[in-house]
Parts: sequence; C-alpha cells; structure tokens
Amino acid sequence: MSANIRPSGVFDTSYGQDISINRTRGDKWLSNGLLIALLLVPLLTAEGPLGISLVPQLWIGLIIRIAIFAIAVQGLNILIGYTGQISLGHAAFMAVGAYTSAILARELGMSFWLALPLSALFTGGVGLIFGLPSLRVKGFYLAMATLAAQFIIPWILRYPLEGITGGSRPLEVPAPSLFGLSFAHENAMFYIIIPLAVIMALAARNIARTRVGRAFVSVRDNDLAAELLGINVFSYKLQAFFLSALYAGVAGCLLAFESNSLSLDKFLLDRSIEMLAMLVIGGAGFPLGPLFGVAFVNLLTQNIIPSIIPSVKGVLPSLFPFLNPINVDAALSPLLFGLALMVFLIIAPRGLAHRWEILKISWKLRPYSH
Amino acid sequence: MTELPKLEVRNISLSFGGIRALNHVAFNVPTGSIFAIIGPNGAGKTSLINSINGFYHPQEGAVLFEGQDISGLPAFKRAKLGISRTFQNIALYTNMTALDNLMAARHIHMRTNLLTGALYWGSARAEEIEHRARVEEIIDFLEMESIRKTVVGNLSYGLRKRVELGRALALEPTLLLLDEPMAGMNVEEKEDMARFILDIHERQKMTILLIEHDMGLVMDISHRVVALDFGRKIAEGTPDEIKKNDAVIKAYLGQEA
Ligand SMILES: Nc1ncnc2c1ncn2[C@@H]1O[C@H](COP(=O)(O)OP(=O)(O)OP(=O)(O)O)[C@@H](O)[C@H]1O
Ligand SMILES: [Mg+2]
Repeated sequence: MSANIRPSGVFDTSYGQDISINRTRGDKWLSNGLLIALLLVPLLTAEGPLGISLVPQLWIGLIIRIAIFAIAVQGLNILIGYTGQISLGHAAFMAVGAYTSAILARELGMSFWLALPLSALFTGGVGLIFGLPSLRVKGFYLAMATLAAQFIIPWILRYPLEGITGGSRPLEVPAPSLFGLSFAHENAMFYIIIPLAVIMALAARNIARTRVGRAFVSVRDNDLAAELLGINVFSYKLQAFFLSALYAGVAGCLLAFESNSLSLDKFLLDRSIEMLAMLVIGGAGFPLGPLFGVAFVNLLTQNIIPSIIPSVKGVLPSLFPFLNPINVDAALSPLLFGLALMVFLIIAPRGLAHRWEILKISWKLRPYSH
Repeated sequence: MTELPKLEVRNISLSFGGIRALNHVAFNVPTGSIFAIIGPNGAGKTSLINSINGFYHPQEGAVLFEGQDISGLPAFKRAKLGISRTFQNIALYTNMTALDNLMAARHIHMRTNLLTGALYWGSARAEEIEHRARVEEIIDFLEMESIRKTVVGNLSYGLRKRVELGRALALEPTLLLLDEPMAGMNVEEKEDMARFILDIHERQKMTILLIEHDMGLVMDISHRVVALDFGRKIAEGTPDEIKKNDAVIKAYLGQEA
C-alpha cells in the first residue's frame, strides 16, 4: 500500500483522522482546489458561455479522453495492481459497456442515466465469466485465458450481433439529456464525465483502503496466507474481475455517448495492450497510477512523438538508405512509443505514482528528513 | 477428563506420491493446553499442521475441531471456525505495513463489501475505526508500536515473526498453530516470544499447538508433547515423560549420529 506520511509536527488525535485520505487541511484544499479549477476550464474556451478563448477548445476533448481512460485503467489497476491478476481483454470489456449502453439507448430508447449503470453491471458480469479461469490458472496461462475475451467479444459483436451493432460499420449513439437539456456539446459532456471520473476514482480508493481492498492485496501478496485469514481467494479474484470489468464498462459507455458514434476498431487488442502500458507507466497498485499513466501516454502519443517525428524522419533514410520512406512513416510512432516504454521501465520500473510518493514524502518531511 | 478435546487428530495418513509424510497419526489436544510437537527434520511436523488448518487433505483419517469433523473443509472455512497459524518460513504480506497485515486478519470479523466499501462514509468507516482499536490492542500487547506503519518487507527477521504472530492473533482464534515461532531468533528474541506465548495462553485461554526444535523451551512451556519421526507418532506424554522416552532419545541421537 502507499506510504501514508504526515508532515513533521502534525499528529493524529484519533484513528478516524489517521485513516482519512487528506490528513491535513492543506491536502484537502489542494485536492478540492484542483478539482474546482478543472471544472472551470470549459468556461474559458472559445465555445464556452463567456466566449473568451483563454483555453484552447482542443483541451476539452483531451481532458475528456484522459478522464475516460483513467476510469478504464483504474479498473485494470484493481485487477492487476491490487489483486495481482492479469487481463489482456480490457478493451473488449470496454466494448461490452459501449455497445450495451448504445443498444439500450437506440433500441429501447433508454436514457443515458439508466443505460450507464445497467451496461456497467452487465459488463461486470461478463468480466466475471472471463475471470473464471483464475480459479485454476495464474500468470501466463491466465493471460492467455483473458486473451480469449479479447478475440471472442469483438467477434460476437461483429458477426452474430451484426443486426443491432452494425457489425463493422459505425453505430450512431444519441446524446444524453437531462430535463430537456442536451449534452451534445463536448463542453457539456465534460460536466458528466469529470464528476463521474472523480467519483469512480474515489470509490476505487475507498474500496482499496477497506476490507475488500485488503483482501485483494492479500490475494496478490500471498494467496496461501490469504486463505489462512479466512479470505475466500477465488471469490475475491472474481470480485476483482467483476469490478475491473465494471470500470471498463463505465468507460466504454462514456466513450460511446461522448463521441456519438461507435466503431469496433477502438476496442481491439492494441488498445488492451496500450492500457496495460498506461498502468505500468503510471504505477500499478497506486491510487494515482492510472491518472498519471493515461495522462503521460496521451501526452507522449499525441504531442511528444508527433513533434519529434519530422526530425527523426529526416535522419533515418540517410542512416539506413535501404529503408522505404513510406514504411518508415507508418512504423515510426509505434516504434518510438515502444522505445519510450522500454526506457521508462528501466528508469522508473514502479511507475510515475511511485516517484510521486517519494517526492511527496521528502517534501512533507521537510525540514526534518527523519 | 470427559471434557471434549479442542482438537482430535484421528488416525491421519498423508502421502505425496511415494513419500509418506504422515503415517496413522492420532492424538487429542485438550482445550486450553499448550501442546508441543517435536521431531527431527522431515518428521512430518509441518505436514501435520498443514493437515489441521486445511492446506493438506490427508488420504486417511479425520481431523475434528471441537467435536466437528472438519476434514472436508477448505482452509478459509477452518479459519472462520477459529483456527489460526503462523508459518515456519513466515508468510506475511511483505508490501503492506505491519498495521495493514493485522487489519487484513480482521477480515472474518468485518462485513464491509464492495458497495459499502466504495461508499465509505458510513458503515465502512465506522467499522475501520472499531477494528483499528482492536488491532491496536494487539500492537500494544506485542510491543510493536514503533513498527506499526513500517512496510513488513523492511523489518528484521525477529520482528517479522512477531508481526506474523500478531496477524494470527488478530483473527481471534481459539486454536493457534505455531510452526517454529522461535527458529532463527537470538536468545533475547526467543525469550520475548516465549513470554508472549505464555501471556496469550494465560490471558485468552487459547489452545496452542506448537512446533519447536528448542527442547529446553518446549519442556518449559508445554503441558503435553507428541514426538514424531518419519511420519509416525513415536511418543506422547508430559514433558518429563518425553525427556526419558527411549524412542525419542533414539530418534534425536540417530539424527545427530
Ligand atoms: N508439498 C509437498 N510435496 C512433497 N513432499 C512434501 C510436501 N510437503 C512435505 N513433504 C515431505 O514430507 C516429509 C515431511 O515434511 P515436513 O515439512 O512435514 O517435515 P517437518 O517435520 O516440518 O521438518 P522440518 O523440521 O524440516 O520443518 C518430508 O519428507 C517432505 O519432503
Ligand atoms: Mg517444518
């Protein structure tokens, strides 16, 4: 579990204070302040109500994307980071959430507000089924078993269910509305997605620091000793699969309603792997790991890599004259991403969130470092 | 002596392929006693404890806890009945703090589930505080205040043994199985551990089944002793009887020779 260090000179006076997330007033102000600042961002865009373009409109889409994937990767964090299981099918579970909610809205005219929890629960159930092999197998073999989900689910959505999913063609999704208010604009969706991401993150954090979370970590750290404490290891593995898929389901549903259009190729194996990379880079087993990982990978793939590609592209053909420039174009960004991932695993194997914890501790213990 | 024994090991035999780890072993552990199991390396002591707490399932015989046949129950259900243990090679959650290790052991006494845990402010928080107080009592008792928030992987061997005892106690068992709780400790740590075991027994009237190699210590603190060799029970009796038993002396001399 993450280190919970208080600043020098601050003492807890009750167990209640000792176990709270924000143990000092400063912590509370900082986290609440950041959230309020974030909620003000859409008001400052060109398409906002004030019409001032202090913040580029592009940011809104980016923040929404980060929030949605932070939810999904939080689910992965519960399964992998806390419970020590593995899943290579997380994107497929997102697809279940996305298509279930879209179909509920399209076919039954169900409102987004009902489709969201229903599709999330349904996805949780599907995740639970694909978690069943964890009764028998661990590690590599479990990875293979979950890979099955990544192939079976998109196939089912594409062929047997083509009539309602549209198969390989994009599926239109109606915008959410509340009391006649439409959330078609991304600045409006922002106010659904950000609070939901915060709630989901808090819920994950709360689960992690209470009974079920300790049972998860017990299963991860030593499943034999977990049995000894009366923990039903299999039941908690399944609960982790359920919860993990539920988070993926919520993220998938948000993705569907946010983009108003769905297509299956957003939910393939490369996406599952990308989310694994996000978790590892951010820090598996840390509450803030998913957010850090998703934000960093987005920055990397959307900003950093595109900005260095032109210079690399100029150099490569002169170094390796046998390369076909057209192939270089296509291969360069995954190549650079893989390279960054490798460098990352070497310099920060436990992820950004772990670095952050260390930084925070040394800051809080100032001026007495012991 | 008509009182029901806490634990009845009824003629159990356990084999791994060709190896016979336990061979028709039988004995009763009286309620409230400190009961020791001794024997040379590989005698089957750990296998016996594993059979009692449900990690191993003997092919023959039965294990009765408070008169109930528990042979078919998985380990986690036996824990719920009140059987707790420590391991010869320490099996703590090394990435958790000492405190969290003990809190994890409150599992069966707590009720928070996924939903109430996610909501937190309400029953889950109240439960956390209530059980934290319970765990703090054990921390006080085992004198672990200073290492409460230390990640267990960073603790010394002796302290880890102590945390593991604390975790076993946090379960509030009525039968405590200790597999070599003092192995690898220095004299001072051993004395501390012996004091804790005697205290636990006295204060909580807990039945304790203990495996230990240090003969002096075993003879000092236990009421009754069973000696194993090559998976068989070779002797049972009071410490004084065991000290004089020919089969026991031979088993130990045989090992040294
Ligand atoms: N899981 C297992 N698989 C195969 N053989 C086992 C297993 N567990 C125990 N054994 C064998 O059973 C026999 C008894 O082992 P056990 O660990 O119970 O001895 P012990 O009395 O605890 O010894 P020690 O004093 O060294 O701890 C040994 O021959 C051991 O190799
Ligand atoms: Mg042993």
